[in-house]
Amino acid sequence: MTAAAIPASMDAPLAAPRTPWREPSAVPGFRLAFGFTVLYLSLIVALPLAALCARPWEHGLSGFADAIFAPRTLAALRLSFVAALLAALANVALGLLIAWVLTRYDFPGRRIADALVDLPFALPTAVAGIALATLYAPNGWIGEILTPIGIKVAFTPLGVFVALLAVGLPFVVRAVQPVLQDLDAACEEAAQTLGAGSATAALLTGFALAFARGAGEYGSVIFIAGNMPGLSEIAPLVIVSRLEGYDYAGAASVGVAMLIVSLGALMITNAVQVWLSRRGAR
Amino acid sequence: MSNGISRRAVLAGSGAAALSLPALSIAAPPPATLLNVSYDPTREFYKDFNALFATDWTRKTGQAVKINQSHDGSGKQARAVVDGLEADVVTLALAYDIDQIAAKGLIAPNWQGRLPDNSSPYTSTIVFLVRAGNPKKIHDWIDLVRPGVQVITANPKTSGGARWAYLAALGFATRHNGGNEQRALGFVRGIYKNVPVLDTGSRGATNTFVQRGIGDVLVGWENEALLSIDEVGPGKLEVVRPSMSILAEPPVSVVDRVADKHGTRKIAEAYLRFLYTPAAQDLAARRHYRPRNSAVAAKYAQKFPPMDLITINNFGGWSKAQARNFVDGGAFDKIYQPG
Repeated sequence: MTAAAIPASMDAPLAAPRTPWREPSAVPGFRLAFGFTVLYLSLIVALPLAALCARPWEHGLSGFADAIFAPRTLAALRLSFVAALLAALANVALGLLIAWVLTRYDFPGRRIADALVDLPFALPTAVAGIALATLYAPNGWIGEILTPIGIKVAFTPLGVFVALLAVGLPFVVRAVQPVLQDLDAACEEAAQTLGAGSATAALLTGFALAFARGAGEYGSVIFIAGNMPGLSEIAPLVIVSRLEGYDYAGAASVGVAMLIVSLGALMITNAVQVWLSRRGAR
Repeated sequence: MSNGISRRAVLAGSGAAALSLPALSIAAPPPATLLNVSYDPTREFYKDFNALFATDWTRKTGQAVKINQSHDGSGKQARAVVDGLEADVVTLALAYDIDQIAAKGLIAPNWQGRLPDNSSPYTSTIVFLVRAGNPKKIHDWIDLVRPGVQVITANPKTSGGARWAYLAALGFATRHNGGNEQRALGFVRGIYKNVPVLDTGSRGATNTFVQRGIGDVLVGWENEALLSIDEVGPGKLEVVRPSMSILAEPPVSVVDRVADKHGTRKIAEAYLRFLYTPAAQDLAARRHYRPRNSAVAAKYAQKFPPMDLITINNFGGWSKAQARNFVDGGAFDKIYQPG
């Protein structure tokens, strides 16, 4: 559609075919609600992101590149995104299983188990991190068992993965649960159905959210990671340590890099979802 | 006269008296509020100090005062003040952090000369904390590079205390390598090679060592080391004081622009000056900070034995020390570059 196709005023003759920019709806109050949506999204999401994107250019493009491609920064970005990817993948499998059990079976304590899933949402992330570090440290309940057989979790990159498992789980479970509830038992038995497609789409949503959240996670990871530069240092920590040195541009550079990768991941999953739903509709 | 009437008259009379009372008492100015933006380990000290100061101020002036506190990492707090947190006074871990606020014009450039002792009313230093009986026989910096010794300290890029620890190690190494900087940095690199966990803050490092039981020696604040011993009880940990360390001077300043805007300059200045009184110095010593006041220092001489201490001036001041060691690509980063 070209700009010329849009009539300049409301009195313009309706001779030319025009596409309405919104679907007509019986529900009133569209203008107000739409205005509020745009304003709110601008204030809460778009404006801070714009401020972030404006920040890294103090030392030009080369300053931005130097800040991103320093070996320590690259190692941290790699750790954050790889650990988030692996944790999100593991959560897709485990989260699906848990959601399945919670929706399909009735057992004593089901409601409590269901509430437990939300705990990583509700708990301050630092509390989760300290709890995990306490469990997995060499003198902790689980660490005591794992350390003698040569498995170190706390203060290694594996610790980052474990923390992100906990952080990402509710995203997958809560995304899949409603879809599983809608599927009736008959559908389940038929493997290839429309229902299976929507479950896949929900899983993808959960995966994308868990991944994006995990990559940016700071509070819970910092207590269990060990934070060794180049080894177990996560990207958000590089941001924090640049800020501690009053290097705002360097910190924002890493922020923008993380934003780009996360945005890319969300867009890819969106595209896959669209493709899935088209295939399902056919 | 009946009872009912007289009671009503008394009530009315006392009500009128209560209303006219504030107008009559000329001496009571409206209550003042101060915000002290500080760093993490001073929380307990300033809680007690604020009560001490408020009582003293009210007794002298008749004015009530409420002091609000804010605590977090020193650098983060400085950034918050720069970004608009309206602190009347700042009491931070490093002069460098207050310099950053001064650089934005919120504090006069000569701030550090306005109060005695470089505007640092109490000091601390970097010591070692080891397990009971000192099983690894750790007595000095040289023991930290031995193979098989695990050292716990925080990341100097994110922790003010860890920056002091790094500089103390560098100062020791520089002195024992005849001033050769490359060899001194090589020694410091050796220490950090023995660090298995690099926490982001001093308190985190203390927890890793004390609660998680990781490492043979914690290198950090003397006040944190003494506090940990208080907390876990006797017979579990020991403080080891190396042959030399660094004088850590946590400085204080009025935030001029904010105090003038709030009209709190007079009380803010009195608040900081009160830190130097014997009562406050005694409180600082009880909270494990080394007092400046010589009488109070003498009283606590056993708790704080004299040590051979270098200062930040050995490194040419904070700006130089920061630029050489802690910026991206600086000496500290090189420790972790392969090769």
